[in-house]
Amino acid sequence: MAKLILSMDGLVLKEIPLTKERTTIGRKPHNDIQIDNLAVSGEHAVIVTILNDCFLEDLGSTNGTLVNGNPVKKHFLQSNDVVELGKYRLKFVGEAPQPAAAAEKADFEKTMVLRPSAMKAASEQARAMGAGTAEAARAAAVQQVAASAAAAGIADKDNRAPAPAAPAPAPAPTPAPVAAVHAATAPAMPAAPAAAPPAAKSGHPLGAIQIMTGGNAGKELELGKPLTTLGKPGVQVAVLTRRPQGYFITHVEGANPPTVNGQAIGTAPHALKDHDLIELAGVKMEFFLKG
Amino acid sequence: MDLSQALEVASSTDPGMVRSHNEDSISADPANGLVVLADGMGGYNAGEVASGMATTVITTEMQQLLAKVKPHEIDPESNKVVAARLVREQVLKANASIYHAAQSQPQYAGMGTTLVVCLFYDNKALVAHLGDSRLYRMRDGTLKQITRDHSLLQEQIDSGLITPEQAKHAQHKNLVTKALGIDPTVEPEIREYEARPGDLYLLCSDGLCDMVEDGDISMALEALGANLKLAAQQLVQMANDNGGKDNVSVILVRVLREFPAARGVVGKFLGWLK
Repeated sequence: MAKLILSMDGLVLKEIPLTKERTTIGRKPHNDIQIDNLAVSGEHAVIVTILNDCFLEDLGSTNGTLVNGNPVKKHFLQSNDVVELGKYRLKFVGEAPQPAAAAEKADFEKTMVLRPSAMKAASEQARAMGAGTAEAARAAAVQQVAASAAAAGIADKDNRAPAPAAPAPAPAPTPAPVAAVHAATAPAMPAAPAAAPPAAKSGHPLGAIQIMTGGNAGKELELGKPLTTLGKPGVQVAVLTRRPQGYFITHVEGANPPTVNGQAIGTAPHALKDHDLIELAGVKMEFFLKG
Repeated sequence: MDLSQALEVASSTDPGMVRSHNEDSISADPANGLVVLADGMGGYNAGEVASGMATTVITTEMQQLLAKVKPHEIDPESNKVVAARLVREQVLKANASIYHAAQSQPQYAGMGTTLVVCLFYDNKALVAHLGDSRLYRMRDGTLKQITRDHSLLQEQIDSGLITPEQAKHAQHKNLVTKALGIDPTVEPEIREYEARPGDLYLLCSDGLCDMVEDGDISMALEALGANLKLAAQQLVQMANDNGGKDNVSVILVRVLREFPAARGVVGKFLGWLK
């Protein structure tokens, strides 16, 4: 999100995120950014934010608005522009540009409605073309609308170039090990192999627990699934979750939470470290990572 | 009739890992057996406005109506249960409010929302939906998708253009063919199902089902069914761990016992005994 940094005489007063479509600046208290100084007009200027673009407009102020030293009426703000109102300076910091692949992907997740009228028009067109049976006409219509809607969807968003046929496998900003896990678990990733072998999770070590007491003493349980429940239903149950950050244990049911290294874990998820000792429903077990 | 003894409800909503604000809106009223989930769309904050209007209008209107009428009775005009008419009318009312706001306020132009509403009454679950927000039901260890998305992708699957497997990799997952607030009128899909004790219902926005496979949703519900609040949080967390590209919202409703409508004095007495 873009923001403004308000300062006077080189002293930063505050940071203002541009969350609204119209952010007004002026001396009067109803402004979104109030600058109580006589050199500033009651309604001095406004910043209009459309998607990722911000436009500054002077609202006919008495003393004018300067951008980078030049008086402006209307100005398309670029990152690091300095807006001056009297002695006050507002530095504009634009949104950090996202890697193109991630941005395109994100745009595609945005839900949009497909107007039924568009469907009808396309359907009629298909029928006019003599596309055989009604079913075929319908199918053709759906396909046509898919193509045009997808194109429109892309064109809508800042005129970005259409997405390549095979989008990037994972959003670039995620760290490598996380991306590896994604490839194995997220079906939404178009380029992820259809049947990702478990080996794809190798960026993140597999954990296991070894039971130390009770009837199953000595048994080892690999924690390959995203969730593994432990304990006795109705008595005490905990769940071990496998996440990109590692393994966590969470109390599910029972009067008392399980203990990790002798300490009760409370109700919040508790991160597990290699060789942590868990006690649950009277059974002791050790958590460890398999290299 | 107070259903809060018969239904256990938990919910969770989160903006996800990519979006700066949450356009989803949820509302749950266990006493009246009503849960509503909406996933808004439209520029700037219009999506939140649309989904918020949908949940608020439907919940508040239904609360007032349910205090006066018996949802299980047969409506003489439509020959269907009163509940179906009530839900449909409130959905249309919400549609009109959103549509008019969108028409009169330029900043809300084109806003809309998907919707899934579930009303529990008389051992039944009445479901109304529009768009790609879903209702799932977990019964006897099997998770089943109850609603069918009103989306381009679903139409393509139905017409045999693509297989469900191809659909997982499709580019235009986000195009819905029906939504609330886009046109002056709308016809929600309304269906009624039998609700049994032990059933677990999941209402979710596409932020969950796009990011988490049905198998993993099922696993989480089974493993954490004993702690519904935790299960709801776990589902949101799983979506976020997988990338969290969209807002994620879930409402979980477990049927704890039967909840037949009170019919006459004897029925009331029996209902009170349960």
